[in-house]
Amino acid sequence: MNAIYILWLRQLIRYFRSKSRVIGSLAQPLLFLVALGFGFGPIYSKAGGGNYIQFLVPGIVGMSIMFTAVFMGIEMIWDRQFGFLKETMVAPVSRFNIMLGRTLGGATVAALQGVLVLAISIAIGFRPSNWLFLIPAVLVMLLIALVFTTLGTAIASLLDDMQGFQLIVNFLIMPMFFLSGALFPLQGLPTAITEITYIDPLSYGVDALRNILIGTSQMSLAINLFAIVAIWLLLTGIGSYLFSKIEV
Amino acid sequence: MIEVKDLSKNFGDFVAVDKISFNVKAGEIFAFLGPNGAGKTTTIKMLTTLLHPTSGEIDLNGHNPVKEATEARKSFGIVFQDPSLDDELTALENMEFHGVLYNIPKVERNKRIEELLKFVELWDRRHDLAKTFSGGMKRRLEIARGLLHRPKILFLDEPTLGLDPQTRNHIWAYASKLSKDEGMTIFFTTHYMEEAEQNADRIAIIDQGKIVATGTPEDLRNQTNTPTLEEAFLSLTGKNIRDEHAGSIDQMRMRRRLWNRR
Repeated sequence: MNAIYILWLRQLIRYFRSKSRVIGSLAQPLLFLVALGFGFGPIYSKAGGGNYIQFLVPGIVGMSIMFTAVFMGIEMIWDRQFGFLKETMVAPVSRFNIMLGRTLGGATVAALQGVLVLAISIAIGFRPSNWLFLIPAVLVMLLIALVFTTLGTAIASLLDDMQGFQLIVNFLIMPMFFLSGALFPLQGLPTAITEITYIDPLSYGVDALRNILIGTSQMSLAINLFAIVAIWLLLTGIGSYLFSKIEV
Repeated sequence: MIEVKDLSKNFGDFVAVDKISFNVKAGEIFAFLGPNGAGKTTTIKMLTTLLHPTSGEIDLNGHNPVKEATEARKSFGIVFQDPSLDDELTALENMEFHGVLYNIPKVERNKRIEELLKFVELWDRRHDLAKTFSGGMKRRLEIARGLLHRPKILFLDEPTLGLDPQTRNHIWAYASKLSKDEGMTIFFTTHYMEEAEQNADRIAIIDQGKIVATGTPEDLRNQTNTPTLEEAFLSLTGKNIRDEHAGSIDQMRMRRRLWNRR
């Protein structure tokens, strides 16, 4: 228990110390929000979709959580050869607890990043349907963060070095983002693409956030939450198996 | 304290460690020498539960690192070849994290941290981030950290690599003090032969995965009829330069060194 706590704490301390990283990772979602939000806004409302910024914000929040979370997980490759991971691996702590501590820490950081993006969105005009719903929204954000930190950790357990990282970003992360419904409604799409969106964890995350924040969604909140938790448990199972097989 | 019998490790077809046997007595300073790629680090990794042996047996303070990993892990401290501090944390935080991971109660933890940081002369710098430390200071901090849970055995994998003579002397002064005063068993690797000659009670020389000689520095000199350990080493392992296979990890290690240069 103490070990999980200290590993969690370490990730948070590191996050709060690297101001440049916090600011740097806010730039991308902000750019998406401003460029796409104001760029596509007029077309979107002409097509009868309503206010595009309202629609876009939950998607961008989900995106920034996913990017941060996957990176927090994958960062382990770096740690694995040189850093703290080796030190934790020889400590009398089980592999599962090491993974759990790291994942919880990474996920907390990613969720905080999401909260920051949401705060900025509110500053530029986003309005949730009910201010009180911001609380459950943060919980969903934490769930999304857990899913993707676990995914990142599982991937990092398989990779030996950072060379595969670009591959993962281009063939896994970007598709998951673009096909998640973060930028456009998942309606009237070709069947093949619709099916992909069903296995994309981010679609459920973004849909759940939309449900809570702006009151519209494609699936019910219950289905979304069930899917997210199920995917998280599945990834935790796979991830902890892969993590236990790491030989440093 | 450490007993190794017929220990082997294969990576695919490549035999990294080939049926080695040796034992290290309690309180002994034991040097494990060999050219690059001879199997030193692989052996240390097996002894410290990081790699599973292909075959053979290890007994570490009465525990088997494969079957009783947790007990075995409590028995040793290690200073890795690569730095393993968290650079974004202070010296004190690095120590505290280690103490919590090893479940040392808070009061006791704080007391020992103060003792050890004073011992390695870093107490005044305890609130500074590890990334601001020089190579020698980082090593000293890692040694202090490795000692925090009072291990019976201390593993030092090339502890003085790239350090100036002052720091090297310093580190060896700590090590012999620990061995004499606390009866700690020290197992180390190095490329500096004079270091092994001066500090080790006994030496094992490994080459191409096999142990080619074991004994006191004097034994090895006599056995090969040479005046220094360096010459004894060369006569036992040959004068060819070893081409170590550079895998992706080595490349990453290189990149990190370039990246962290300041």
